[in-house]
Amino acid sequence: MPSPVQVRCCDASGCRSAGSQALRTALEGARDAAGLDPSQLTIKPVGCLRQCGSGPLVACDRPGRTQLFGGLAPEQAGALIAEATADATAVPASMADGLAAHRIDLEGPFFALQRPVVLEGCGQVNPESIDDAIAFGTYAQLQRVLQELSPEQVRDEVRRSGLRGRGGAGYPTGLKWDTVALQPPGPRYVVCNADEGDPGAFMDRSVLESDPHRLIEGMAIAAYAVGAERGFVYVRAEYPLAIERLRLALQQARSRHLLGNHIHGTSFNLRLEVRVGAGAYVCGEETALLLSIQGQRGMPQPRPPFPAQSGLWGAPTLINNVETFTAVPAILREGGDWYAAMGTEHSKGTKVFALSGAVVNTGLVEVPMGTPLRTVVEVIGGGVPDGSPIKAVQTGGPSGGCIPAERLDTPVDYESLVELGSMMGSGGMVVMGQSTSMPEVARHFMGFSVNESCGKCIPCRAGTVQLAQLLDRFVERRASPEDMERLDALCQMVKVTSLCGLGQSAPNPVLSTLRWFRHEYEAACREPADALATGRVR
Amino acid sequence: MAVVTLNVNGQDVAVPAGASLLEATRAAAADVPTLCHLDGLNPVSSCRLCLVEVEGSNKLLPACSTAAAEGMVVHTHTPRLREYRRMAVELFFAEGNHVCAVCVANTHCELQDMAVTVGMDHSRFPYQYPQRSVDASHPQFTLDHNRCILCTRCVRVCDEIEGAHVWDIGSRGGQCHIVAGLDEPWGQVQACTSCGKCVEVCPTGALFRNTDTTAEKQPDASLPALLRSARDQHRWHNQ
Amino acid sequence: MTPSPPAAKLRLATVWLAGCSGCHMSFLDLDEFLFDLAEKVDVVFSPVGTDVKIYPENVDIALVEGAVANVDNLELALQVRERTALVISFGDCAVTANVPGLRNLLDGGHDGAKAVLERGYLELADATGQLPFAPGIVPELLPRVLPLHEVIPVDLYLPGCPPSAERIREAITPLLAGERPVMEGPAMLRFG
Repeated sequence: MPSPVQVRCCDASGCRSAGSQALRTALEGARDAAGLDPSQLTIKPVGCLRQCGSGPLVACDRPGRTQLFGGLAPEQAGALIAEATADATAVPASMADGLAAHRIDLEGPFFALQRPVVLEGCGQVNPESIDDAIAFGTYAQLQRVLQELSPEQVRDEVRRSGLRGRGGAGYPTGLKWDTVALQPPGPRYVVCNADEGDPGAFMDRSVLESDPHRLIEGMAIAAYAVGAERGFVYVRAEYPLAIERLRLALQQARSRHLLGNHIHGTSFNLRLEVRVGAGAYVCGEETALLLSIQGQRGMPQPRPPFPAQSGLWGAPTLINNVETFTAVPAILREGGDWYAAMGTEHSKGTKVFALSGAVVNTGLVEVPMGTPLRTVVEVIGGGVPDGSPIKAVQTGGPSGGCIPAERLDTPVDYESLVELGSMMGSGGMVVMGQSTSMPEVARHFMGFSVNESCGKCIPCRAGTVQLAQLLDRFVERRASPEDMERLDALCQMVKVTSLCGLGQSAPNPVLSTLRWFRHEYEAACREPADALATGRVR
Repeated sequence: MAVVTLNVNGQDVAVPAGASLLEATRAAAADVPTLCHLDGLNPVSSCRLCLVEVEGSNKLLPACSTAAAEGMVVHTHTPRLREYRRMAVELFFAEGNHVCAVCVANTHCELQDMAVTVGMDHSRFPYQYPQRSVDASHPQFTLDHNRCILCTRCVRVCDEIEGAHVWDIGSRGGQCHIVAGLDEPWGQVQACTSCGKCVEVCPTGALFRNTDTTAEKQPDASLPALLRSARDQHRWHNQ
Repeated sequence: MTPSPPAAKLRLATVWLAGCSGCHMSFLDLDEFLFDLAEKVDVVFSPVGTDVKIYPENVDIALVEGAVANVDNLELALQVRERTALVISFGDCAVTANVPGLRNLLDGGHDGAKAVLERGYLELADATGQLPFAPGIVPELLPRVLPLHEVIPVDLYLPGCPPSAERIREAITPLLAGERPVMEGPAMLRFG
């Protein structure tokens, strides 16, 4: 029976870096000092509590009341335990005041406007405990699906939900599942793309660190729906905590026979393994990722054939992103229609964003699709800390673009963002204040693309290098009008002729800033007369 | 034999089912340029020179690795394709150290020829002068990375035809380079049979015989196609 | 009786920057065509045709051989651009930096000039080696050798190492008639 008072301490990477482990140790010490035992006051490590910028975050659950505190020092552990256990009046006033300054309003817009679906277990369950996950309802849908639904019925539900791939491209998930399921008989694979690599994106890491069992359940349901008996989660080595927790979760699931042979007494078998990538950005591209799983050099291949037709070892392979798989259990539980009721006509459901940059509230945000960008960055995010207006919002990382302040009323969905020259991407959202120089932003992302190009095709391998050098000239204010023409032309060429999506989208940060902030580039061009006067043309 | 018919630059052509778009454009004598592609080797679509426009597709498609399909309407030399091809060749020249005048492959170089084909009279992109090395450890052949365009023909011919898989690619992005064995000096790689196929198929002067000096390399890039048809169809060159 | 002024001839210059003068040799290989040329142009500046030291004003066509490798090259290139209607990058060194540009590979690409001077004047010298230093007399090397079009706008490119006399003739002849040559195909374009 759960104890009446529970203190949930965020133990994901963000809060760990802010000292959450020391705080939790202090809280346990304070509990002991107060003469309480764990049955009276549970201190539970949990995953992401979402407002990461205010970490370490601690949530205090008492019957009928939950409070959230941010940025507590270990010295304040005693006050928190006192607050958690005693009547508010019994806490010394000075201590209460000290805590009050750290209290985060759960009724405030940051939380009130969110709609956790993928994140519903994040910050609630102990990511290292399968019992906690099961108590929260995880794996219940897997059992129901296996015992009550046919694979066709599962796919039908996913199709009705309107779920689209959350990795960035937004391909309809149900359609992809059907494509894999309807291939000629033979082995199939499911693969989870957890190679999140966009700067400013940490949604997938948070899910892996916070609620790994939910992901496993989603993958298992997917495997059942497409007829796969083997699967892989491909995670980058830069996510050590996520890998550790995922491995632990897989081990726990195997020991409970939620993975393995004859799951829930049915004929359904599933083996899932973690594959750790070395962190090459291009390995997030699906064909490169599949090669990497097979032990080969991660380089994109021409499509078709698509992985759904011919993927791992030539077999039909379903590859979805972490967030996509994690949304599946809730869709099965509540029904595809429930999910489809959220969002817009073409973008259904909710989307998780990693909000960062020049914004008051940094953290994870899950909102219904179609929520205006302004609501996300100004209301939920709280705008720029000094109160000055936002200049732009960058979405989609190095594949995306900058959306100018005058377009903040755009609803966040796949099509609207592409229309503005950006893209949904995996969900990174970086807010930029007035002092941000757009050519510098473009150069920053181009530098990323130069470093992360796999080097296979010439436009991406050599074109990005030339683009970065051209951008240097703008940043250093020694560009010429011809450089502007060259920049335009080369961006188009790299975009249109690159082999894979990474090269094709590498010019987006330049193209979008050229589109919305062209004056900043023009201002960086020298007068032609300067060239002859100084004798330094290049 | 099943046949697909399609239209290339206004001309109807018929090719065997399973043929590539590149073969279809050849049937129409459309002269689509290629650098990484070589008959007899699996396509990799990395040089992007063979990109063509197919009506109804919003993307440019690499002719070498796209299957010809019934009813396709293909354009191979639109103004934007010409412009992209020239830019790609300029990027090739700018990223390596290509000095035609003093190269073993001068007058027998596919990159040099390609500059003419695409009308490149100069590069609008500054030459990068990368720091690259020369591997002269093999008793018969030399690999000059300065002239390598990473077409991977050597990698493929060694793997797919010779079966030795001496070559592969190391590093990423602009640092990519061909590696022998486990990134060893070529001369120390025991898997190398010294067959010389990599030298024959190299489109530039990156791989050459030690006895060749400026403008003396005379490669024979038809080798893989001959060997493949010999093996697959038992058709030998001298028959 | 005063002779009527001759029909205005085009003012032609040929310029020698950092190159081997091979392009100029190829120009001299034009043989008899040089007589035809002399009918139509005044050679107002050329290392092989005049003894003029200062680049003149109002030049119609300049064939510029060589890359831009030192401060003299740079100064002359800028003068050529200011005083010339049509500037032609003449030969591979002008078009790509070619062999002179190979020194850009030295010293990790940072300062090839320093590397090449130290190699030539110190490392390979006897005990009395010293770096040349004569400001105003011996031009300083630029850190990087540049093709002409990276220094000044260029109107026409005539690649080749050297461009053959035939290619030069085919490029010049239309210009004399006020037309732009068609620079296409292996006869007109090939590097090397």
